[in-house]
Amino acid sequence: MSYLEYNAKSTPTGLRKIFFLNWPLALLLAAAAGVGFLMLYSVAGGSFSPWVEPQAKRFLLGMAVMMMIAMVPIWFWRNISVLAYLAALVLLVAVEFFGSVGMGAQRWIDLGPIRLQPSELMKITLVMILAAYYDWLPTNRTSRPFFVLLPVALILMPTFLVLKQPDLGTSILLLAAGGGVMFLAGVHWAYFVAVISAAVGLVAAVFQSRGTDWQLLKNYQYRRIDTFLDPSQDPLGAGYHITQSKIALGSGGWSGRGFMQGTQSRLNFLPEKHTDFIFTTLAEEFGFVGGMTLLSIYILIIVFCVSTAIATKDRFSSLVTLGIALNFFLFFAVNMSMVMGLAPVVGVPLPMVSYGGSAMLVLLAAFGIVQSANVHRPR
Amino acid sequence: MKRNPKELDGSHRILTRRTLVLGGLQMGFVGALAMRMRFLQVEQADQFRLLAEENRINIRLIAPSRGEIFDRNGLIVAQNTPSYRIVLVPEDAGDVEQVIANLARLITIDEEDLERARTEMRRSPPFLPITLADQISWSDISKVAVNAPALPGITPEVGLTRVYPLQDDFAHVVGYVGPVSDYDLSRMEDPEPILRIPRFQIGKVGLEAKREDALRGKAGAKRVEVNAMGRVMRELDRREGEAGADTQLTLDAELQSYVQARLGTESAAAVVMDVENGDLRAICSSPSFDPNLFVRGISVGDYRGLTEDPYRPLANKTVQGTYPPGSTFKMVTALAGLENGVIGPEETVWCPGHLEVSGRRFHCWKRAGHGHVNLLESLKGSCDVYFYDLAIKVGIDRISEMANKLGLGIRHDLPMSAVAEGLAPDRAWKSRVHGQDWLVGDTVNASIGQGFMLASPLQLAVMSARIASGRSVTPRLVKSVDGVEEASGAGAPLEINDIHLRNVRKAMFAVSNDRRGTGYRSRIIAEGMRMAGKTGTSQVRNITAAERAAGVIRNEDLPWDRRDHALFVCFAPYENPKYAVSVVVEHGGGGSTAAAPIARDVMLQALYGGTPPLDAYPTSDRDKVKAQQERLERERLKRRETSGNDQA
Repeated sequence: MSYLEYNAKSTPTGLRKIFFLNWPLALLLAAAAGVGFLMLYSVAGGSFSPWVEPQAKRFLLGMAVMMMIAMVPIWFWRNISVLAYLAALVLLVAVEFFGSVGMGAQRWIDLGPIRLQPSELMKITLVMILAAYYDWLPTNRTSRPFFVLLPVALILMPTFLVLKQPDLGTSILLLAAGGGVMFLAGVHWAYFVAVISAAVGLVAAVFQSRGTDWQLLKNYQYRRIDTFLDPSQDPLGAGYHITQSKIALGSGGWSGRGFMQGTQSRLNFLPEKHTDFIFTTLAEEFGFVGGMTLLSIYILIIVFCVSTAIATKDRFSSLVTLGIALNFFLFFAVNMSMVMGLAPVVGVPLPMVSYGGSAMLVLLAAFGIVQSANVHRPR
Repeated sequence: MKRNPKELDGSHRILTRRTLVLGGLQMGFVGALAMRMRFLQVEQADQFRLLAEENRINIRLIAPSRGEIFDRNGLIVAQNTPSYRIVLVPEDAGDVEQVIANLARLITIDEEDLERARTEMRRSPPFLPITLADQISWSDISKVAVNAPALPGITPEVGLTRVYPLQDDFAHVVGYVGPVSDYDLSRMEDPEPILRIPRFQIGKVGLEAKREDALRGKAGAKRVEVNAMGRVMRELDRREGEAGADTQLTLDAELQSYVQARLGTESAAAVVMDVENGDLRAICSSPSFDPNLFVRGISVGDYRGLTEDPYRPLANKTVQGTYPPGSTFKMVTALAGLENGVIGPEETVWCPGHLEVSGRRFHCWKRAGHGHVNLLESLKGSCDVYFYDLAIKVGIDRISEMANKLGLGIRHDLPMSAVAEGLAPDRAWKSRVHGQDWLVGDTVNASIGQGFMLASPLQLAVMSARIASGRSVTPRLVKSVDGVEEASGAGAPLEINDIHLRNVRKAMFAVSNDRRGTGYRSRIIAEGMRMAGKTGTSQVRNITAAERAAGVIRNEDLPWDRRDHALFVCFAPYENPKYAVSVVVEHGGGGSTAAAPIARDVMLQALYGGTPPLDAYPTSDRDKVKAQQERLERERLKRRETSGNDQA
């Protein structure tokens, strides 16, 4: 079923659309953001500045953006997918030339009041264009080699650009999200088996290349992998982040040390405690219970997305919703694995909770598309 | 483009199926995350809690207050006084240079200190306090306090510093403290952590260094919560340290000060010792220095002044300095002869002014000779030939043995720096050290305390004390530590025939009280206080035959450092000995003229426990002595005034 076949009469119009929003999803997003405010208030030592206030403003702005996007019919978003993708790609190229350097990598573009991270934008536009592509592609051609190579090219272009910044975390996320959408669209199993075996081979090659002149990764990335494998090697240097983060988590215990009582975060032992490592503060102050609560909120967000996706009969709507849910999942899965010492430290924030502007805005915009799919689903 | 519903249904089925597969994988991963969280937070929680505590809690040491040092009467010799310093926290100061400039307008800051503070500032995090000026006066502190608004980040702090109120008088005995240096740490096997506190002071020289362990005390500790930068957030609890042990000396500060003043500007040393129990009552090396200079950190100029002074103020001549004992050694030779039955007290030797020994001529100091002399006369007139002859008969080994018995050539264990062993040579020593056979000429030289023979002023005092008491007394400097009395220096009887000792004492009495004795001019006439002594003049150069033929150059015509050392040893009262005194005046000329008068004044001061009455002196000396007493008293008052100002 394509957008041409929507029965306009069966979809809500005007302000009535508000009643057809997925309100539980919106509330869950607000709950996750609320957890974020609480933790940012705590790490600031019981103060709304410097983090809670801007974060709350951005959240309100993001919610407004989400509502506005939700009001726009889903087929409009389908139609501008190609344009959005190209725009994001152009921005990615632009950061190569005009981007400012933050944290040792070229990631931002300064657009006056907002600093834009094109790679964040790309996460969504990539899902959009792939969903649109498979909406357009007749299902019987899905697994034909040419039609498989086309989306692969769409995925790899931004992935390489992001890898060049260098931002390993986001490039892995793009690869995984893109591959996930292709998988959902019904591309044949064999392709995935082939690619995964090739990836394993590549990883082996990466390790083999170390120290030779065709070394594939930067030295700091190798070191991160080393300390991931054995953080105790260098507890004050490269392994410091993971070690301190595990101490914070572990010392939280079952129910935590109490709100604003976390010594690890309050005394600055935790690095990046308001951004990438904010989960450790939550786990230290509210313990296993607190951590599981946030995890449950995340799972419910995904469950609501999936139910929306399955309920709609529109292929674009389903794929874009699932793709965004997958992106969201990858966000928190990679971040949590990282702070728990299950994955190397790559710069991936905790969605809705970590302090940071463009990530939250882009995420809420993406959920706007999910809401739009829900609103404009034929009933 | 119209698709048939069947195809659509098929694609939607695939989508749903794959959604379930991917969703299953996601749930599996979330399950793994939850398990991991449970493992860290529930199973290993205790271990991580411990690590978190270790992270946040830091142990900070609290420096203990150092044990104080008193003289035998409880007069303070080394104390801890509150000192004020000015501390800057760069973080709170804002414009550091502006604040320093403001401060410099109020008080004078040493440029050197300032430079050091700036270097420190560059190295340490901005919240750590940096000392800008140390040991500043109360009036300066008040100025800073009043102007606090113009001096952000500046706080006055109180600490304890070591102060030596008696300044020069105890510099060589007590020594001084100073900040621990890297060199100090490198010498220690396992330095206590407290030593790493910046500016922590330890004993560097003298008693302060030798009794460091007892004086230092035990460090206390406080547990503080710190953040990742090391900044202290709050104090959790504290355990006070144990103060160092107070130490009481055997010295009498009044006497010590008198002796120091009496030595004046001479390069000299004097020791006063109790003949019964070995307590040192005074032990002075001159010139001295102010140990307080070292506590503050001595300036380069002052230090150079001290090291380049030919009179060597930094050396403790009483125990470090060793000198040929000269004629003061003759009692040893005499006792060796008597004890070994080589000579009787009344046996005489003919002194023609020299003695021919294996083709070499050894001269007596009196060119005309002493004629027939027995033991008493030989000591009284300090005849050299008598002892040459005696020594040849006794042999060096037995002389050396007697020297050791009387405390020469052995190291006395005193808590002072670099206590010298001296030297009482014998045959074995010469062959060991020089690889040569002992010659009879060496014995001749040794018999009058020349040649290889070396003794420190302390050893000479011990020798006199042993002769006076007939007991093997050992010197003692520390009376008690923390109220616990240290072992007395009273020793077992010397295994020397009492009659022989009495003969030697009688001869020493004659030296000081017989009209023809070499020490007669420096006698004591007060009844019951009379003194027995022995002069010594030791050569520091060889007199060639040519010079002797042309007439020996008089001391006054020689450059200072080629003149003879003047020595005098004595004990008193003769009838019932109480104190032994030794005095060495480096390059002072004759023992009877340079050393004996000092020894007598010191002895009287000790016997009377203060300024002696003039009628203890021979009538002819009284005017001179009175003038001298008045001069010393004036100097003493003046000194007390200046040191009093310093502390106010």
